[in-house]
Amino acid sequence: MTTIFGVALPVLMGQLLIGLINGSFYALLSLGLAVIFGLLRIVNFAHGAFYMVGAFVAWMLLSYAGVGYWGALFLAPLAVGVLGMVIERTMLRALYGLDHLYGLLFTFGLALLLEGGFRHFYGTSGLPYAAPEALRGATNLGFMVLPNYRGWVVVASLVLCFGTWAIIEKTKVGAYLRAATENSTLVQAFGVNVPLLLTLTYGFGCALAGIAGVLAAPLFQVSPLMGSNIIIVVFAVVVIGGMGSILGAIVTGYMLGIVEGLCKVFYPEAANIVVFVIMAIVLLLRPAGLFGKDS
Amino acid sequence: MTATDTLTASAKTARGGGAAPQLKVRNLEAWYGESHALHGVDLDIYPGETVTLLGRNGVGKTTTLRAIMGIIRKRKGEVEFEQKSIMRLPLHRIARAGIGFVPEERGIFASLTVEENLTLPPVVAGDGMSLEQIYELFPNLLERRSSPGTKLSGGEQQMLAIARILRTGVRLILLDEPTEGLAPVIVQRIGEVLKVLKTHGVSVLLVEQNFRFASRIADHFYVMDHGQVIDSFPVSELPSRTEALNTALGV
Amino acid sequence: MSATHADTIIMPTRKSPVPVISFAGLVLALVILPTFVYPVFLMKLLCFVLFAAAFNLLLGYTGLLSFGHAAFFGGAAYVTAHALKVWQITPELAILAGVVTAIVLGVIIGVLAIRRQGIYFAMITLAMAQMFYFFCLQAPFTNGEDGIQGFSRGNLFGIIDLNETMNLYYFIAALVVLSLILIWRIVYSPFGQILRAIRENEQRTISLGYSVQRFKLGAFVMSAGLSGLAGALKALLFQFATLADVAWQMSGEVILMTLIGGIGTMAGPIVGAGVLVGMQNFLATSGLPVTMVLGGTFMICVLLFRRGIVGEILHLLERRKG
Repeated sequence: MTTIFGVALPVLMGQLLIGLINGSFYALLSLGLAVIFGLLRIVNFAHGAFYMVGAFVAWMLLSYAGVGYWGALFLAPLAVGVLGMVIERTMLRALYGLDHLYGLLFTFGLALLLEGGFRHFYGTSGLPYAAPEALRGATNLGFMVLPNYRGWVVVASLVLCFGTWAIIEKTKVGAYLRAATENSTLVQAFGVNVPLLLTLTYGFGCALAGIAGVLAAPLFQVSPLMGSNIIIVVFAVVVIGGMGSILGAIVTGYMLGIVEGLCKVFYPEAANIVVFVIMAIVLLLRPAGLFGKDS
Repeated sequence: MTATDTLTASAKTARGGGAAPQLKVRNLEAWYGESHALHGVDLDIYPGETVTLLGRNGVGKTTTLRAIMGIIRKRKGEVEFEQKSIMRLPLHRIARAGIGFVPEERGIFASLTVEENLTLPPVVAGDGMSLEQIYELFPNLLERRSSPGTKLSGGEQQMLAIARILRTGVRLILLDEPTEGLAPVIVQRIGEVLKVLKTHGVSVLLVEQNFRFASRIADHFYVMDHGQVIDSFPVSELPSRTEALNTALGV
Repeated sequence: MSATHADTIIMPTRKSPVPVISFAGLVLALVILPTFVYPVFLMKLLCFVLFAAAFNLLLGYTGLLSFGHAAFFGGAAYVTAHALKVWQITPELAILAGVVTAIVLGVIIGVLAIRRQGIYFAMITLAMAQMFYFFCLQAPFTNGEDGIQGFSRGNLFGIIDLNETMNLYYFIAALVVLSLILIWRIVYSPFGQILRAIRENEQRTISLGYSVQRFKLGAFVMSAGLSGLAGALKALLFQFATLADVAWQMSGEVILMTLIGGIGTMAGPIVGAGVLVGMQNFLATSGLPVTMVLGGTFMICVLLFRRGIVGEILHLLERRKG
C-alpha cells in the first residue's frame, strides 16, 4: 500500500477527488459571480440561492413531472435563467446608477426570500436525488476507484467553465460583453442593445448557478440551505481570486477546492475554514487578490 | 436671434443647395447633474458637409456632441436627423438611425484585439466600407489586428476609432477632437481620411481646437461660447475671420 | 453609501436644543413604558436598538457595510454567558469580558477587512464572521447546537439582584442610553467629522492628509465593541447564548434594521430595531415564513425606500423648508 506523508494513496486520491469536486462548484459559482459583476457591477448574493433553486427544479421535475436528470440538466438552468432575467428586467435595473452596496443588499434580500420560501415548503432536511442510471457505479483506475458520477461532475464543470471562457473571449457576443464591461455607454452609442445584454448576462450567470445545482443534486442532498452554505465560501474565493478575471475566478475555484480536500486529509478540523484562512493570508500579503485586476 | 438667422441670405442659399438640413438642432439645452451646460444650441448640417465646432475649452463643444448623440439624457430642445426627431430614441438606436460617434478619449477597448475593436460597432446601413477596404486605407491596422487595442500608439488608436465607424455605414459622424495630442504626420493622415469620407458623401460634425487643420476640410464653421453658438460662417470667410477667431479662442 | 442631507439639519451643533430634548424624551419614555409594555420585550428592543446604533455608526456615518457584525454580537454573548455560568463572576465584569472579546474580534477582522474597499470589504467581513461561526460551532465551550444556558444573572456589583426584572430593566436602559449618547458624541466630534468625510469622499479625505485607514479601523472597532455590549446585554437578558447569535442571518437582521430605520440618522436605529423586533414578534405567531418576509422587506426597502423611515421623514421636512 503506497502512502504519501503517512496517508494511504487511495485515501489521498479520494479526498483530492472530493476537493476537485468542491472546486468544480466553487469555480462554476465564482465564474457566474464574476461574469455578472463584470458587466452589471452587482455582487449577486442570490447566486447561492439560484444554485439551490436549480437543484430543487431538478428534484421537482423528477418528482412531479417524471423528467429525469438529463432533462433537468437542460430545463433547470433554463428556468433559473428566465427567473434571473425577469428579476433583472423588473427590479435589478433600478439599482444600476446607485452605490454598489445596494445591489449587494437587494440580492441579499432576494437570497433570503428564495431560501425562506423553499424552507417554508420543504423544511430544512435534505431531499434525496439519485444519480442517473448511466452514471452510477464506479471505475477502477488502478490508483483509486473513481465513482462515475463524480468523474462526470468534474468533466462537466470543466466543460462549462472553459466553454463560458471561450464564449466570452472568442465570440462576437463575448466581445460585446468585454467592451460593455469597459465602457457600456460607448458600446450603446455604437448601436448595441446593452440593456438587453445586461438582462441576458444576468440570466446566463444565474443559469450557470442553476446548472451547478443540478450537478450538485445527486452529490449533496437537495436542501434549501445549500445555497447560503456555499455562497459565503464562494465570496471568499472571489476575494482571493478577484472578480476582474474570468480565468482567475475559474483557476482560484479549483485550486481552493483542492486545498480544502487536502486539508481534510491532513487536518480535518480546519477544513471548514481553510478557505477563509487563505483569504486572510492573501489579504495580508497581496491585498489586491491573486489575479487582482479590478478596483 | 439664432446664429442661423444671422447668416447672410446668399450664404443660406449656398448651403445644401436648397435641400433640407440632414441634422437640425434647435434650442438644445443640456445639464450635467445640476449644472446647466448648454443654453440653447442651434446648428444645421447639410448632407455631405463637414462642419466644425470651434470654441475655447469648456464652452460646451463636447457636450453638444454628446447631447446630440443622446449620451447626455438630461436635455431639452429639438434634434432632427433626416427630418425625424431623435430626441426620444434610446441611445442604442441612434446609431441605427445613421449617426456615429468618435469620442475624445477614442474609447479603444483594452480587452479586445484591434480587429475586434474594428468590427465591434454593428453595420447599420449598406454603404459602409468593407473590412478589406478599411485595411487598405489603414494598413497598419491590418498588421496589428491581433494585438490588444490599447497596445497601439495614440495616432493608431485614433485611426482605429475612426475606421470602425467607417465600416458601419452611418451617414453622419460626430468627431470629438481627433487631432488632439497627435504628431503632425498623423494629423495629416487624419485629414486625408476625412477627405475620403467626404468623397463618400458622409457628413461630419467636427469639434476641433486646431482650426487650421479644420480649414482644410471643413465647409462651415460654428463658434461656441458659454453653451451657445455665437457665430456661424462658411469656410470662404475664414481668412477674414482668422484674427478675430484667434482672439476669441485665446490662441 | 450616500447620506441624507437630513442629518445636518436636525442635529447640527451642540447648541441645538433638539438632541437634549430628544434624549430627555427618550429617558422619559423609558421610565414610563414598562407600565404599558412588557419589560422583557422592551429590554430585547433596547439591546437591538444598541446593536443597530452601533452598526449605523459604521454604515451610516463612515460608509462601511459590514456583513459580519454577528461575530461581535454573538461572540460577546457567548463570552458573557460563559463568564456568568462557568467563571461565576459578577455581571458587570462578565459584560466587560464580552465587550473586550468583541473589541479584540473587531481589531482582527477590521485590520483584514479594511485592506479592501466597498463590496470586497463587505465580503471579507462576511467570510471572517463565517469563520468565527464555524469556530463557535466546534469549540467545546459554546456547547454547539445547545448553546450556553441555565445560568443566573447574578448580582450587579455584588449587591443589586439582576434576576429582579425591573432592576435589570433600569440597568439595561441606563447602559443603552449612555451608549447612544456616546455614539452621538462620537458622530459629532472631530473624529466623527472625519468619518463622515470618508463616507462622502474617501479620496478627497486622503488627499487632505488624513490617515484614512486608521479612522476606518477606529470606527470599526468602536462599532464592534458597542455591538458586543448589545450582545452581552442580550445574553444577560435571556440567559442564553446560541449559534443563532453568530450566524450570518443575524448580521443581515442588523443591516435591515438600520436600512428600515434610516441609514445615517441618529433616530433611525431606534425606529428600525423597533420595527424589526415588532415584526419578528408578530410573525413568530402568525405562521408566515419569517425569512421570506425579511427578504421581501429588504428588497422593497432597497428598491423603493432607501432612506428608511426616519430618512424619509427628514427628507419631507427638508422639502417643506426649502
